Amino acid sequence: MNIVDALLQGILLGGQYALFAAGLSLMFGVMRLVNLAHGDIGVVAAYGALAVVNVFVVSPVFALVVVLPAAALVGYVVQRLLLQRTLAPSPLPSLLVTFGLSIIIQNVLLMTMSADQQRLSLGPLDTAAIRIGDALRIGVFPLGVFLLAAIVLLALSLFTSRTQYGRLIRAVSDDPSTAELSGVDPRRIYAVATAIAFALVAIAGVASGIQTSFSPTSGSLFLIFAFEAVIIGGLGSVWGTLAGGIILGVAQTVGAAFAPAQQVLVGHLVFLLFLAFLPNGLSRKKVRA
Amino acid sequence: MPLLEVEDLSATYGQVSALRGISLSVEAGETLAVIGANGAGKTTLLRAIVGQVAVPTGRVLFQGGDITHLSTFERARRGIVMVPEGRRLFSSLTVEENLKVGISARRPGAWNLKSVYDLFPLVSERRHRRAGLMSGGEQQATAIARALMSNPAVLLLDEVSLGLAPAVVASIYSNLPAILSNGTAVLLVEQDVSQALRVSDEVHCLLQGRTSLAGRNLEMAQITDAYFGYERRTA
Amino acid sequence: MTMTTPKVHRWTRTSIVGVAAFGLVAVVAAVLPFVVELASLYALIDLFILLILAVMWNLLAGYGGMVSIGQQAHIGLGAYGIVVIADILGINPFVAIPLAAVVSALLAIPISFLAFRLAGGYFAVGTWVIAEVLRLVIVQVPGLGGGSGISISSLSGVDRILRIVYTYWAALAVAVIAVIVAVILVRSSRGLALTSVRDDSIAAASSGVRVAYSKRLVFVVAAAGAGAAGALVALSSLRVQPDSVFSVQWAAFMIFMVIIGGVGTLEGPILGAIIFFVLKQIFADFGPLYLILLGVIGVVFALFIRQGAWGLISRRGSVLLFPVGYRLDKPE
Repeated sequence: MNIVDALLQGILLGGQYALFAAGLSLMFGVMRLVNLAHGDIGVVAAYGALAVVNVFVVSPVFALVVVLPAAALVGYVVQRLLLQRTLAPSPLPSLLVTFGLSIIIQNVLLMTMSADQQRLSLGPLDTAAIRIGDALRIGVFPLGVFLLAAIVLLALSLFTSRTQYGRLIRAVSDDPSTAELSGVDPRRIYAVATAIAFALVAIAGVASGIQTSFSPTSGSLFLIFAFEAVIIGGLGSVWGTLAGGIILGVAQTVGAAFAPAQQVLVGHLVFLLFLAFLPNGLSRKKVRA
Repeated sequence: MPLLEVEDLSATYGQVSALRGISLSVEAGETLAVIGANGAGKTTLLRAIVGQVAVPTGRVLFQGGDITHLSTFERARRGIVMVPEGRRLFSSLTVEENLKVGISARRPGAWNLKSVYDLFPLVSERRHRRAGLMSGGEQQATAIARALMSNPAVLLLDEVSLGLAPAVVASIYSNLPAILSNGTAVLLVEQDVSQALRVSDEVHCLLQGRTSLAGRNLEMAQITDAYFGYERRTA
Repeated sequence: MTMTTPKVHRWTRTSIVGVAAFGLVAVVAAVLPFVVELASLYALIDLFILLILAVMWNLLAGYGGMVSIGQQAHIGLGAYGIVVIADILGINPFVAIPLAAVVSALLAIPISFLAFRLAGGYFAVGTWVIAEVLRLVIVQVPGLGGGSGISISSLSGVDRILRIVYTYWAALAVAVIAVIVAVILVRSSRGLALTSVRDDSIAAASSGVRVAYSKRLVFVVAAAGAGAAGALVALSSLRVQPDSVFSVQWAAFMIFMVIIGGVGTLEGPILGAIIFFVLKQIFADFGPLYLILLGVIGVVFALFIRQGAWGLISRRGSVLLFPVGYRLDKPE
């Protein structure tokens, strides 16, 4: 029964990882840019939510109302002013700049916030659970996050496939100079994509902050988990990313059931297995360089 | 006043000079054909007009205004739209989605999804197919349709006949009158000189980056000489 | 007009001066232990380690086009390698340094097969994950000290001053060798092949360059260098702690040194290491503020001063201190 419980928890955890992965994957898909500060943005969002909760004495869910648009705005501005300059055939400039940003963010947090683990709380909902049968307990919050992730990913998928902006994002990621011939300003599209990516990781960061604790350096692990979910899931569809997140989540929780405290390592090893034998992940598209 | 004017234009790729001292003009509703051998600079000329190539000297004027320093998408929004060489459709989008991208130029006009589908029934039939999965002729029609969706004031066509069967090329060019009837000016690059002569009001011949001949109602012999760079000795 | 083949010079006047100066500095450095106090030697060991890491990371990223944030994997392997080789196998710790480098290089080969399945930014994160895996695994291995680390016992009988001086000379030797290896690699035809791979791997492949082999070679050489650096870290602090030796902060330092100094040149990382070392001596006590400072300088350079400090000094590569360029005589 332990395993089934672990399996369920892993699936639910996968939703959260998929949320982390979606933003990373979006930015790479549109701009061929891997944002090494991705996880740290999520942590900043969590701290932001904490600040809102402490100042306005509201639930973290309502804090999202403030944090989300703020994250999107920051993403837009960061892309237009900073990251746009790093877009080049070589990945070097963007990697160097985003890595530098990651270090700055983590250390600013270390300086201004306590280095202790922090936690966002939903009150009694934190530990509430639904019982199924005798031995299965599904946490209400993890279930909620999974459903939220599914809804957000669905919204993202519909956005890219049905709206004009979604079409433009796909067009620009195919061929930016030809898109310009039709009157599209690629820089604005990149900025919109970054805004969406930052918003996605903000949701993920706040959700993670409620489910587990976070600290100034948590961003590194968030980035790694997002990356692993993206690679396992393969490039291409939003649903591949969800599948990748689920596989990673399950690998971690089932691994923890067998070897407690090795949760993260098992996830890494499963990731490496995928990398070795299924380098394109679950999708049929090749990982573009 | 001409709709589009190019004044003493030069263009470079890095340190390599591709065009020198080019001047031409196009009136509304007219067609100008740019011909020349491979490497003469025809595509470079179109790309310079549209803003994709560095222009160290010279000017591009649209409706009398200097647009030389505008970016490509700004020119598109003013109505200068190019159908690029090789079609360059967005391969992960469907045909209809490709057309809808053309709306980004935000220009009002006669061309919309319905009227474009009326002009190109074949494109209409394929509207939900992925753009990469069509024949050359269908792709070319789609690319032109996409450009029309931006309601161009000046439409630039770069080698639309490339790789297509003569019948297909003829059917594509048969649509030209409908395009011109809206007052759109057309500037086309064409390898096939007789095809170019058939559809154009004026011809501009390039040779190694410079103008070798320009004008209306030119004789084939003149054109051939200009194309290849012969200097005919009058007996 | 007769055509004569232009004569190609590899050495320029400045490179002759540069190499001579390099040799002179090395000799002076070798003599320093007789003149300077112990604390300075300690600091200089640190400088040499940083220099090795900067030169190697630059080989990987600047010439090989592979941005890695996982070089700490090889540092850690080198550090634990020397513990195993010196303490457990009983080999002289200083002889063990090149052996640790070899171990690190050998392990880099299977690692490369995994890592090369990724490219660009994903390659970078992938190398980091691999480093994390090594850290988490080594912590499990019995006899290697677990999470709190392990001490090097084979040097405990040696006189402290002697130990530090020998470590200093070893570090100097490895640093000099690292620079020489880098120069030879870049100067060679393999180096030219590498630059072409970095600039356009498809064009390179179609010109007959063995892309994967060239990249793997650089990866392994960089790993060997990082391994030797790790061994030196272990010897100088006499203690190997997994969280410190596998820390991603090493990656941050390497990246910083090379950005500041100038990516893709041989002189750049050396200059960057010196600048970083000076900054470290002055500001390291400031903790997070110091790292923020590094981050900001790094971002500014990465955005606006892409050619680095050496690029500024040498006016974009017209000055070469090492004989790696090609100069042609004007034909008569």
